[in-house]
Amino acid sequence: MNWNLALPELVLALCGLAILLFGVIPKRDMTFPCTMAVIGAFLVTGVLVLGQNEGTAFGGQYVADDFSAFMKLLTLAAAALSLLLALDWNQKEKLSRFEFPVLVLFATVGMMAMISANDLMSLYLGLELLSLPLYVLAAFDRDNPRSAEAGLKYFVLGALASGMLLYGSSLVYGFAGTTNFDRLADALSSAQGVSSGVIVGIVFIIAALAFKIAAVPFHMWTPDVYEGAPTPVTSFFASAPKVATVALLVRILAGPFGDVMAQWQQVIVLTSLGSMVLGAFAAIGQNNIKRLMAYSSIGHVGFTLMGLAVGGESGLRGVLVYMAIYIAMNLGAFAVLIAMRRNGRAVEGVQDLAGLGRTDPAMALAMAIFMFSMAGIPPLAGFFAKLYVLLPAVEQGFWILATVGVLSSVVSAYYYLRIVKVMYFDEALPAFDVRPAGISVVLAGTGFFTLFFFLFPAPLLDAARLAVAAIIG
Amino acid sequence: MLTIGLAHYLTVGAILFVLGIFGIFINRKNVIVILMSIELILLSVNLNLVAFSSRLDDLTGQVFAMFILTVAAAEAAIGLAVVVIYYRSHGSIEVDDISTLKG
Repeated sequence: MNWNLALPELVLALCGLAILLFGVIPKRDMTFPCTMAVIGAFLVTGVLVLGQNEGTAFGGQYVADDFSAFMKLLTLAAAALSLLLALDWNQKEKLSRFEFPVLVLFATVGMMAMISANDLMSLYLGLELLSLPLYVLAAFDRDNPRSAEAGLKYFVLGALASGMLLYGSSLVYGFAGTTNFDRLADALSSAQGVSSGVIVGIVFIIAALAFKIAAVPFHMWTPDVYEGAPTPVTSFFASAPKVATVALLVRILAGPFGDVMAQWQQVIVLTSLGSMVLGAFAAIGQNNIKRLMAYSSIGHVGFTLMGLAVGGESGLRGVLVYMAIYIAMNLGAFAVLIAMRRNGRAVEGVQDLAGLGRTDPAMALAMAIFMFSMAGIPPLAGFFAKLYVLLPAVEQGFWILATVGVLSSVVSAYYYLRIVKVMYFDEALPAFDVRPAGISVVLAGTGFFTLFFFLFPAPLLDAARLAVAAIIG
Repeated sequence: MLTIGLAHYLTVGAILFVLGIFGIFINRKNVIVILMSIELILLSVNLNLVAFSSRLDDLTGQVFAMFILTVAAAEAAIGLAVVVIYYRSHGSIEVDDISTLKG
């Protein structure tokens, strides 16, 4: 029993308990120290993940390999950056409660457990440990009716998705005889074919995970929850949990269910097509920028699923690279959204950005970089992200996917470029409030990554290749 | 004399699951009914798992069912808390009223 393989998760969970105590005992406001302690815990966990051995633990429930290390580092980075973004906002909105960073921490433990899941049981427990804090976070601004409504909607639909996941898991367990991923792979690769019960179960599981990453046709909750939840929470929703759930999809579809690819490939192709098209068209008419970002994230998920549908080494590598670049662009764009405050009040209309090019040139430049990158304009990082999923699709002959992908990214360029136009060419509105230091740090970091990725793509590509090799084997 | 086999359990499980899904989507009355429907879904899964576990003569399914019971309790607690928050700010938990956010 080599429990020390799970050291990163254990350390992070224990840190969470310690920070909870540390925050609850003193009488004064502990938000800042607790946030810093949580970011410190993320750093320590990141170092532990880097030094982690490979293997399985807890009777095959838990697996650590290059893939899990890559995805865990991405989620940890995304969670830490979202916390930095939240710090100042929560103070100004009078939401400074130390529970916020602790909830993010426990959600992160859940994501890490999910990424390392090697059994349907640990998959479910990780997913729930992720979802339960997210329900609370969505309703964190509890005196605001919109936030409460977002929390309620997210809870009801999230619980429904968990139910579907469980029903699928029970069918897979019953008809394949095991819940362990390694033994499932053996059972499903046998020559006498796969029973239809297993196929139905797999489709249920895919539907539930598609719900969690907001892929069409399970995206209905996304715009409402993204709009209603406090902006830093939205930025967290749109980054870390997506990475973790995509990691889980890749692991189960390439691993235990890899031998029945013919059965699920069509499903993934259709969700991918639907997500790309909806993400491109539905965002056009949006005036609320958080809603617009919600539809944009649905479109990006469609591209990620394209890599998964194509499969194989290059397709999956495309998925991983896309996720890494998406996180940087998305957190950068959300940093700008969080900085949108005028006279102490948060504003979230697209028109509120008018004249940002004159009132705050640095932030306008960063936002322009993120928008161009999301639209996929070379040489920014977003172009390469799309390139690495489109190339395998073309090579493997998925012409419809590739064509719809390119066309939908042309359509979506309209609303991304509209934001740039509003910032630089519309009549200037009064300047935003002074931008806090934390946001400037995140903006600079993600901005430089997005802008200069094309000069140094090798480290990310190599890491993604190693990670994919670990699950394809 | 009819013997109750795996198929019967699975049928009951499937009926409960579908009832739960319809309870969420067709229900236009009250959020509490939605919470009950969610519990119904989780219980249908437990029934499935225990039936499979006994048929396969394998304990995994029963362990899984215990985990689901535990998590369902936590989920219900959080769900009720969110409903309370919602009621405080809106003064109603009618499903038809949950429509401030749309577009």
